[in-house]
Amino acid sequence: MPANLRAAHPSVVALDAHFGDAILGHELVAGDEHVVFIAPDRSFEILQWLREDPDQNYNYLSDVTAVDYGGGRPIQVVYQLFSIPYRRHLRLKAELPLDGLEIESIVPIWQSANWLEREVWDMFGVTFRNHPDPRRILMPEGYQEGHPLRKDFPLRGRFSRAEQTRRALSQDPEDYYVPSEMGAGRTPQLVPWQEFAGGRAPMSTQTDPSVEEPRKS
Amino acid sequence: MSKRTLELEISRTPEMGPDFRPARGMMAPTDLPEPTLDSENMLINIGPQHPATHGVLRLLLELDGETVVRCVPHIGYLHSSFEKLGEYRDWNQVVPLTDRMDYLAPLIYNCAYAMAVEKMMGIEVTERCRVVRVICMELDRIFSHLLWLGTWAIDVGAFTPFLYAFQEREKVYTLHEAYTGARITTSATRIGGMMADIPVGWDTGVREFANGVVKTLDEIEFLLSTNGIHLGRTQNVGIISAEDALNYGFSGPNLRASGVPYDVRKDRPYYDYESYDFDIPIGEHGDCYDRYMVRIEEMRQSARILHQALDRLPEGPINVADPRVSLPSKTDLMNDMESMIHHFKLVMEGIKAPAGESYMAVEGSKGELGMYVVSDGGSKPVRWRIRPPSFVNLSVIPKLVEGGLLADVIMVNASLDIVLGEIDR
Repeated sequence: MPANLRAAHPSVVALDAHFGDAILGHELVAGDEHVVFIAPDRSFEILQWLREDPDQNYNYLSDVTAVDYGGGRPIQVVYQLFSIPYRRHLRLKAELPLDGLEIESIVPIWQSANWLEREVWDMFGVTFRNHPDPRRILMPEGYQEGHPLRKDFPLRGRFSRAEQTRRALSQDPEDYYVPSEMGAGRTPQLVPWQEFAGGRAPMSTQTDPSVEEPRKS
Repeated sequence: MSKRTLELEISRTPEMGPDFRPARGMMAPTDLPEPTLDSENMLINIGPQHPATHGVLRLLLELDGETVVRCVPHIGYLHSSFEKLGEYRDWNQVVPLTDRMDYLAPLIYNCAYAMAVEKMMGIEVTERCRVVRVICMELDRIFSHLLWLGTWAIDVGAFTPFLYAFQEREKVYTLHEAYTGARITTSATRIGGMMADIPVGWDTGVREFANGVVKTLDEIEFLLSTNGIHLGRTQNVGIISAEDALNYGFSGPNLRASGVPYDVRKDRPYYDYESYDFDIPIGEHGDCYDRYMVRIEEMRQSARILHQALDRLPEGPINVADPRVSLPSKTDLMNDMESMIHHFKLVMEGIKAPAGESYMAVEGSKGELGMYVVSDGGSKPVRWRIRPPSFVNLSVIPKLVEGGLLADVIMVNASLDIVLGEIDR
């Protein structure tokens, strides 16, 4: 990548100077949009610096999403940042291999990432470490078919319509109206979503963080 | 009981004063220890089918008396996986999906999607198309805010403003129908232009609407803005500070009500918005009343933009003359073979967008509406992502309602102006 392309965006230059090895690449797309590829294991540190450094001041997180190109290629987690004082837009991407879909949650930096990261987990299966509320958001809690926006997920779902209907009918609607759902958000350690499927979720007051299993992706 | 017995019983009461009224004294003995009663918070469920949740939103509330201790929103009841569906359609076929997300402002979504794809492909639309799209977007901003205003008034207990607002909305429905043939699912844009040029006399209709809506707003404001019940229900309810609003990702009128003057039309201008003369209304307190006032004022500003756009509406073609995206004219199609082949390939295979990606943010009626499109060179998107403004706005609701009263939950929810079609997508 020629250096003059990077020089067009002051934050790209600053990121290069500040983080060096953790900046894996840079792209200029659609005329004026700068994309910076960052190392996933240092994403939290980089994003925090972008938010807090007075010369960057990216105080508004527009979006967190992911892109799956299919064919076994890594899934990209995409951060759209905007700095209102400097009127600058920057896109960061972290590429995660399919066998290591895990990245640090940025909810401590921007609260707006809370639901956005939950959606990425729900749709792509990317685990966000230390997320305060790691549940599914759009799909039902007991959804067992995987992560719908992945390229290996067929458009009509994994099972036949007959099987999908049978599963939907066999679900107990009472599962969705039990007080244990309120357990979500009370303590940092939450009931993993899989446990809701069998209606075995413990009451929130009895949740013992030590017996919780780590979430399967 | 006879009168005589009653008198006897009264006269026997030791605390009786001289005027035959009970003497003042302790109502309950105070030397007894307070019993340790176990208290339990009450759980209530609002929605998903409830008129005050403005769609299929479900809120689980934990109440201590009437105070909300915790609020857990549940969404996804309207999930239609539009983003996944979009990956199986070609670029133009995605347009009908966009207006089904925010059915309260369909033209803004149509335009935002087309703008993102055009930016990715490097297409500059014609001057007339730019102005027509500005008219469409401002028209639908008023359209969406009017529905919000009507339902807001219903939530506060006033029915008349609802009727006034919907009378005006009906005019926008008619304008939609005159232009696109549909009242809600407009699907008005195509990559590189619009589905058709505006019909004769449509611009006059928009001008009449822009004049009329301002008068209706005056009438509604007369009913609401200084109404005691309205003030009591909305002022100092659901307050959020400017820093928190930014940190929690508020955008649009909700963010501006907290005092942050961030408007995509001013901060990342598109379609010559910097050359239109309009103001960005901002609030100071970040409560429900400020959000109400900001939206009312925004409608007036949109009416101003409408007049300016109609004044500058240039003549000329509405669709760009780019063979990658535009169909050849019917005359060419019938007369030469190359145009026939070109037409056939565009219709059968769809537009082919070169590999690339683009994030286009526009100021939607609910906030910053981002369209993120990724192409690998084929005729279908690899990824089509909507940055949903109401989704992020709604995620703040636990912070706004916790510690407040149950009745305020309804007002806070109404003040956020959510549309579930876009939250669940």
